[in-house]
Amino acid sequence: MRTATGTCPGSSPSYEAGHEPFVSCLFRAQETSASIGGMDQPAPIRFELRRGAVTAIPLAIAVGLFGVSFGVLSAADGGLGALPAIVMSATTFAGSAQFAAASVVAGGGGAPAAIAAALLLNARYLPIGVSVARSLPGRRLRRFAASQLVVDESWAIASDGEGRFDPHRLVGAGAVLWLAWVAGTIIGVVGGEALGDPAALGLDAAFPALFLALLAPQLGSGRAIAAAVLGAAIALALVPFTPPGVPIIAAAAAALIGLVRR
Amino acid sequence: MIVLAVALGTIVIKASGPVVLGGRPLPPRVQGVVALLAPALLAALVATTAFGSGQQLVIDARAAGLAVAAVAITLRAPVLLVVVLAAAVAAVIRLVGA
Repeated sequence: MRTATGTCPGSSPSYEAGHEPFVSCLFRAQETSASIGGMDQPAPIRFELRRGAVTAIPLAIAVGLFGVSFGVLSAADGGLGALPAIVMSATTFAGSAQFAAASVVAGGGGAPAAIAAALLLNARYLPIGVSVARSLPGRRLRRFAASQLVVDESWAIASDGEGRFDPHRLVGAGAVLWLAWVAGTIIGVVGGEALGDPAALGLDAAFPALFLALLAPQLGSGRAIAAAVLGAAIALALVPFTPPGVPIIAAAAAALIGLVRR
Repeated sequence: MIVLAVALGTIVIKASGPVVLGGRPLPPRVQGVVALLAPALLAALVATTAFGSGQQLVIDARAAGLAVAAVAITLRAPVLLVVVLAAAVAAVIRLVGA
């Protein structure tokens, strides 16, 4: 960083779309001195971590409030129980699946039904995981850790379009969302019944809006638009006939139009 | 039991893509499919979170929020504003309707 003034020989101006050439120059210069000092991280990494975290904040508020209602639901009579709810939020970290399992249990359903419902909902992380695989750097353990921070929202925030994802933005957003989810669950378990219904605050409307906002910049090509329209159509057509979760998994099939020759 | 099974299953599902595939490049045809996974799944998420209610399709305050969000996105509003607007519209509609 200290040497990154003036020219930067060998730096590629198109290091990353959206960054000034100067920033990429800074990055290269800093890369060589990354071990000096305490808080040395290449600027784009810190930038993307922060960008992911900041973008995730409004969602983290919504996610946290849903965490509260998950906690309330679980701690109620016949629910999952207080401690299991917190453990589940910290380890499973997938709101819809946890709600599915908790409501099956609360509704008197058995363990196999609860497990099946939750895992079916989470099956969408298979195609989502495949889509980020190429973008996650580092060793196996690091990729494993990053993969656990993948949720719909962090994945969408990290998307750069054309199948590329920024791993640091993913981690920044994922960490903020994870904290909000776990904290919300604890608040709900401890005594959230006094708190209001998230739906009254319009928080459930925040999610489709976010996904649409993140979808819009992806629609650069005719194929992407076709895949989006087809994906939405498949999902909507299946909602009445399949358990929740299946429509989203099935919508992944819309991406198969990528096999058609241009 | 449920908690452990769901947690383990989810961890395996989430990790399988990144850990098994890793940084290996995919053949171009597969890449073409993977590139379209994001728009397809995002659109499905938009559709189901806006209109799904259990196994039913409903048009409620969320749809109005989504419409306002769509307008805001066309006007190039920042993501944060889009999300807050949608939630506010849905909240106001519910307040008036209730």
